[in-house]
Amino acid sequence: MAEVEETLKRIQTHEGVIGTIVVNAEGIPIRTTLDNSTTVQYAGLLHQLTMKARSTVRDIDPQNDLTFLRIRSKKHEIMVAPDKEYMLIVIQNPSE
Amino acid sequence: MPVTHKTLVKSKQGSNAQSQQKPLAAKTAKVVSKKKDEDDGTEIGEGGDEWMHGKTLIKPPDQLDLTEAELKEEFTRILTANNPHAPQNIVRYSFKERSYKPISSVDQLAVHFFLEGNLLHRDSDEARRQKAKQGLPDEKATVVTETEDEKLETPLQAAGGEEAGDVEEGGGEDGAHSVDSKTGKKEQKLTNQFNFSERASQTLNNPLRERGCQTEPPPRASFSATANQWEIYDVYLEEMQKQEKNKEKAKAVPKKEDDKGKKKLTLVETQSDDLTKVAKVAKIIERMVNQNTFDDIAQDFRYFEDASDEFREQEGTLLPLWKFQYDQAKRLSVTALCWNQSYKDLFAVGLGSYDFTKQGRGMLVFYSLKNSTYPEYNYPTTSGILCLDIHPDRPYLVAVGFYDGCVAVYNLKEERPEPVYKSSSKSGKHTDPVWQVRWQKDDMDNHQNFFSVSSDGRVVSWTLVKSELVFTDIIKLSLVGAVSEGPEGVPPPTMACGTSFDFHKQINYLFLVGTEEGKIHKCSKAYSSQFLETYDAHNMAVDAVKWNQFHPKVFISCSSDWTVKIWDHTIRTPVFIFDLNAAVGDVAWSPYSSTVFAAVTADGKVHVFDLGINKYEAICQQPVVAKKKTKLTHIEFNPVYPIIIVGDDRGYVTSLKLSPNLRSKPKWGRKKLDIQFSGIHYYPPSFLFLRKTG
Repeated sequence: MAEVEETLKRIQTHEGVIGTIVVNAEGIPIRTTLDNSTTVQYAGLLHQLTMKARSTVRDIDPQNDLTFLRIRSKKHEIMVAPDKEYMLIVIQNPSE
Repeated sequence: MPVTHKTLVKSKQGSNAQSQQKPLAAKTAKVVSKKKDEDDGTEIGEGGDEWMHGKTLIKPPDQLDLTEAELKEEFTRILTANNPHAPQNIVRYSFKERSYKPISSVDQLAVHFFLEGNLLHRDSDEARRQKAKQGLPDEKATVVTETEDEKLETPLQAAGGEEAGDVEEGGGEDGAHSVDSKTGKKEQKLTNQFNFSERASQTLNNPLRERGCQTEPPPRASFSATANQWEIYDVYLEEMQKQEKNKEKAKAVPKKEDDKGKKKLTLVETQSDDLTKVAKVAKIIERMVNQNTFDDIAQDFRYFEDASDEFREQEGTLLPLWKFQYDQAKRLSVTALCWNQSYKDLFAVGLGSYDFTKQGRGMLVFYSLKNSTYPEYNYPTTSGILCLDIHPDRPYLVAVGFYDGCVAVYNLKEERPEPVYKSSSKSGKHTDPVWQVRWQKDDMDNHQNFFSVSSDGRVVSWTLVKSELVFTDIIKLSLVGAVSEGPEGVPPPTMACGTSFDFHKQINYLFLVGTEEGKIHKCSKAYSSQFLETYDAHNMAVDAVKWNQFHPKVFISCSSDWTVKIWDHTIRTPVFIFDLNAAVGDVAWSPYSSTVFAAVTADGKVHVFDLGINKYEAICQQPVVAKKKTKLTHIEFNPVYPIIIVGDDRGYVTSLKLSPNLRSKPKWGRKKLDIQFSGIHYYPPSFLFLRKTG
């Protein structure tokens, strides 16, 4: 428990990280470091996208599964790591 | 009814007879001629003949002239009862004989007239039924009239008014009926076939009332799902797992207490499941974030090749990559480094202190190249670590030697921070710091075992038996040629202090031990008291001794006396000697070439040598750490990637990438090259052996 907290803390304080969100299986954010409206928006949109991506991967080979998803945009990079029950979203400004 | 022909004929004849009573001349002639043709059997005809004799014959002009004989000829005419219109040749298919057969008898009945009437025979069923229906009203009327007479006589004697009323009403009705029936007896009442007469009555209409009732609608939820291939696969997997569980349950008899205990556990888990399950995902994310931050380093690690090496003939460079440091390990120095053989990006760092006065705690830290900011595993220890070794086959077992003389084995798979096995003073721990540990192959009972060497002069083999460490002294290092006697007749110490050892890669029982006195002993596991050979290696303690990974005869040693020496174990003097101008902390052979090795010195430099290219000088001498005061303590080559890790006395581990020139594989032809160096013949080591593959 404490380890996980520590890990999340380290991620949050890592260089360039703008925010982190922990989302549960239904798409409801549990933990966030951003403001409410942004969180809700990110959680909803990325949840759908992750489900779609996962569906795609598994459709091709049901024994495969999505490990993580990275969306790099002009301004920053959104990283999503899905799990069976939870999903972690991190928005980082890459060092470039 | 049809009339038969005969009667017709008869009537015809009769009519003929009647017509004869009004004869005309021509008709009589016809009649007579006809009569002649007719049957003799008829009496009426004969009668006519007699009557006709009185008249003369008149022949019609078209009468046939026949001779007497012909006139008297008798023609028989037969009257039959056959229907002339009936077919005579009806043919029917006979299934028995499978052919068409003519029917022998044909129905000769001819119907001339047919009329449906409505008369019934009085004794037939239908007539009786009708009689019965008509008979009942007749009978009823007769009965009622009798009762009516009786009741009219006694109106006052009726008990209840209602009853009387009803009876009167009934009587009244019946009375009307009886009147009718009376009249109908003489003239029967004309009823239709169904005895139908309209009788209408109306009941009271109840007032209508509307009553409604409403229940709560059942709770509804809209459900939508997709049936993808993977969803189906998941469901099947779950089913299989359930079945397996059921099988297991069926085999093992469940205890109720255990179940309760399990239930409790599951409850607790669900309550605190909040973040523990995010652990795995968090780890992945951390690595991703790190990859982003250190993106350029990761790219360099993978793809950068120093192009300037083409211009530098024989020299190479080291490109600094990641730097690993752990906050809690700041004041400790790196005392041991080891790469994991199975997970090529994982390495172990042992932290402690070489300083005799500053002995304190230590740490065992594991880093992965994927995450340079935080260790994967870390175990704090009470005493400083001096050496460690990761088991080549079981990458989760780590043997550690401590400054206080203990050895321990950690199991990375387990969560707890203590070692799985630890030696204690009862179980034969060393009395002096343990300088080197090495895993060996599993012994005959499939127990893991490792060796350790320590300053107390013992080389000990430790075997992991169940939950204990069992030790066996392999050899005791005795001082060879100890001459000096201590003051006041104190017997000189007889034990040498081992500072490093290494086992031969191919020959299992052969190993080398370096001592504090600067000697290297070649030993065998079989002999516990004698050395096979002793080399006067250095003037100071031998810090490291390592066999060459390819050449079976060559080993290297380094010492704080600033030198690195290469030996052939059959020759008692070194083959090569390199002076590095500073105390050499560690030396390591490269895994890809038998001629390349690297050494680290106390002045913060890394020296890389390639004997195939340059036998006298290093092909790379590079300061690696920023501050010049930092001493480099250990160096290790990665078995797969072209990087080295270097540990220093500030607790930092730096990773460096070798430039292409440093990685050149030896290209030797089949020629033997004799090289003279200090009067010793030297055979290039790489010639005799192929590259180690895999």
